[in-house]
Amino acid sequence: MSEDRIENKSRRSFVGAAAVAGAGVGVAALAPGLKLIEVAGAAPRAPGEPASSAVRWGMLIDTTKCASGCDACVKACATENGINETVKDARQGSQWIRKIDLKDPKTGQEHSLPMLCQHCEHPPCVDVCPTGASMKRADGIVLVDRHICIGCRYCMMACPYKARSLVHMPLTEQNPLVPRGQGCVEACTFCVHRVDRGQEPACVEACPEKAMLFGNLNDPASEIAQRVAKEKTTQVRADLKLNLGVRYQGI
Amino acid sequence: MKRLLVGLAAALLLTPLLAAAGTPMPQLKIENPGSCIAPVPEMRRNHMEMLKHTRDRTMRQGIRGEKASLNECINCHASKTTGSVLGPGGFCQECHTYAAVKLDCWDCHQPKAGNPQAVGVKP
Repeated sequence: MSEDRIENKSRRSFVGAAAVAGAGVGVAALAPGLKLIEVAGAAPRAPGEPASSAVRWGMLIDTTKCASGCDACVKACATENGINETVKDARQGSQWIRKIDLKDPKTGQEHSLPMLCQHCEHPPCVDVCPTGASMKRADGIVLVDRHICIGCRYCMMACPYKARSLVHMPLTEQNPLVPRGQGCVEACTFCVHRVDRGQEPACVEACPEKAMLFGNLNDPASEIAQRVAKEKTTQVRADLKLNLGVRYQGI
Repeated sequence: MKRLLVGLAAALLLTPLLAAAGTPMPQLKIENPGSCIAPVPEMRRNHMEMLKHTRDRTMRQGIRGEKASLNECINCHASKTTGSVLGPGGFCQECHTYAAVKLDCWDCHQPKAGNPQAVGVKP
């Protein structure tokens, strides 16, 4: 018993001494402590561990770096998620991410940007879904549970960003990690299968200009949180007060 | 009466044979024998429940690495010749055809082992 106490005391004193030693170094000592939080947000979760609301996944897109003719993110998304069906009318195809060119008619100022599911904190698609198939995961990723989706498309009408599409035809050759099928609504998943493994979404990885940044908005040490705090960013249709996970810079 | 009983006994004896002639038993080939996640009777009885609970936890809570996983089923049980769990003699389809249970997992999930290369949109 007394031995235990001594051991505990010595461990405590060791930790205390380490903290003091660390404090002497200043900023460098802060970094290891902060890094612990960063690892908790970015590392792949242990098997069996559910997604946590301590994390809020988000994306920051710098439109000043996004070139008008480039669609590397769109192609990477299609390859990663097995979007390979042939459609007669391009408007009926699945668009998890698309490139938009904007022009201010008065000034002639032009922008090009990728538009994808904005992963709202208060998603209208979840509000209107009659079956509960539209759902938001604890870490802020908005998904469709295709097991109970009946393809009614209420969510497609409710979405202010036109982010969802319906699969009209039978599909084959899906990516085993990304099941997709006829009669279900689908949208960008932030490549949830990659995020759970500790990777970033395919579009972010593929962007040649590094215009897209993915990370945990809740972690003050993450690059995305620091940039969002420091730089002026825009939420598309901020007036809807949906608190989006995707922020744009430069529009 | 005696003749009737004999006839009845003969009919009872013959029934399984006739049934066997009508609907052949599924001929399952276990590609990786002896290494499943649970004993065979339990797998036969409960595999659908295992997958259903896993699917909800993985999809809605983001729990990965569960004991039962459709991808792992396919990786072990896909035929070494066709690469799939479907088709004549396919691990899933063979039993489900016999039991007349509709299989719609494969409308969305990939029935083949490995990761086929997707090529992107073709409008």
